[in-house]
Amino acid sequence: MLHALIMRVHTAIQLIQSRVSLAKSSARVTREQTCRKSRIAEILKAHQDDLAAEWVKNLQATGTGKDSRISESQLREQTKEFLVLLSEAAAAGGDVHSQAWNATVDFLEDVSRSRVQQGFTSEETARFIFSFKQPLFARLRAELAKDHEAFAEETWAATELLDKMGLITIAAFQKTREDLINRQQQEMLELSTPVVKMWDGILALPMIGTLDSARTQIVMESLLQRIVDTGAELAIIDITGVPTVDTLVAQHLLKTVTAIRLMGADCIISGVRPQIAQTIVHLGVDLQGVTTKANLADALSLALKKLGFAVTRTKAAN
Amino acid sequence: MALVKSEELPVRLEQDVVVARQAVRRLAVELKFSLVDQTKMVTAASELARNTVVYGGGGTMRCEVLIDGGKSGLRMTFEDQGPGIPDMTLAMKDGWTSGSGLGMGLSGAKRLVNDFDIVSEVGKGTRVTITRWK
Repeated sequence: MLHALIMRVHTAIQLIQSRVSLAKSSARVTREQTCRKSRIAEILKAHQDDLAAEWVKNLQATGTGKDSRISESQLREQTKEFLVLLSEAAAAGGDVHSQAWNATVDFLEDVSRSRVQQGFTSEETARFIFSFKQPLFARLRAELAKDHEAFAEETWAATELLDKMGLITIAAFQKTREDLINRQQQEMLELSTPVVKMWDGILALPMIGTLDSARTQIVMESLLQRIVDTGAELAIIDITGVPTVDTLVAQHLLKTVTAIRLMGADCIISGVRPQIAQTIVHLGVDLQGVTTKANLADALSLALKKLGFAVTRTKAAN
Repeated sequence: MALVKSEELPVRLEQDVVVARQAVRRLAVELKFSLVDQTKMVTAASELARNTVVYGGGGTMRCEVLIDGGKSGLRMTFEDQGPGIPDMTLAMKDGWTSGSGLGMGLSGAKRLVNDFDIVSEVGKGTRVTITRWK
């Protein structure tokens, strides 16, 4: 699901990028023709309250603020703050990478991050900026009704500006999601199965989940390391928690068994359920040289026997 | 033979193999396959999906639920536009691999299902269809 989401964000960004470049090329043409100072900043400043009200109305019309994820007062605050920042930054010029825009960009990134935490989709997050287009363009039209050329020019400049803002919003949204995925991956590595000591000289590794990922490699390496550290003679790899054993999983297991033997220890694979056993037979994977057991208890009792231990019951069960 | 249900999944990345396996398991459970048959089908799908990713450079998996007379079955088609297989006899041989695996995937998958069909053209791609009947 996350994967699909990221793909969607990617397409959205590509779409916006193409629109930004389109806007850029057109804006360049008009700017070369007339070298007037952009009036956007001026208009933003003069009509801040009206624009904010319109914008919030637009946002609400498209669904933002309708549920409990974000309150209306929060929305009003965000739009207002953004307008203040935008009008200040726009007065300094249209280059969003310049110093003057830092506060605006930071603010947008903050908004995006909070949207992720509040559970908004990328589309809803991007809408924060794009729903400002309509009020701004309407205002431009009203202000520049008599000067068609100026209207066209300012509209392009505004589109370019807002597209860039939208791009920043989505990029921040995506980055927050990616950070989340990275963190989860790290957490999963932490969670991944520990090597446990079962008895003197006997280690066990209960494997859980898919056995065909990079994680497996790490887990197997940690098992080998623990064998060295503890001087264990026997290792039990329990695959009860592994739903599918295909040739790649079998290959991983075989390699680990070989490595353990090369280190002078021995290995038992436990948790081979009937359906797994039948599947392995049909697959044609040769596990004949490997000691396998149906469950961990059997594996432990075999391990104890191999090391010369005997388990006796001193009292009859009641 | 009637087609009851059909779904298609992309198989492009290693993680997609896991998703493909889960989809097959879900359908096999829906069809009330026995645990052994479920496992066989999931394992065969795992092998072929991984082949699609590793050797075919990514492709798609289509799962279809079939009804033929009183029998129900699960058919899966793995398709890629990869380099294709130049020597089919060699590819189907146990223990032969062009990569670094065990070389049991294709032949193993064939033994796990009832019907197995493979069509490959060098430079065009490969299509593997497997069916297991209940």
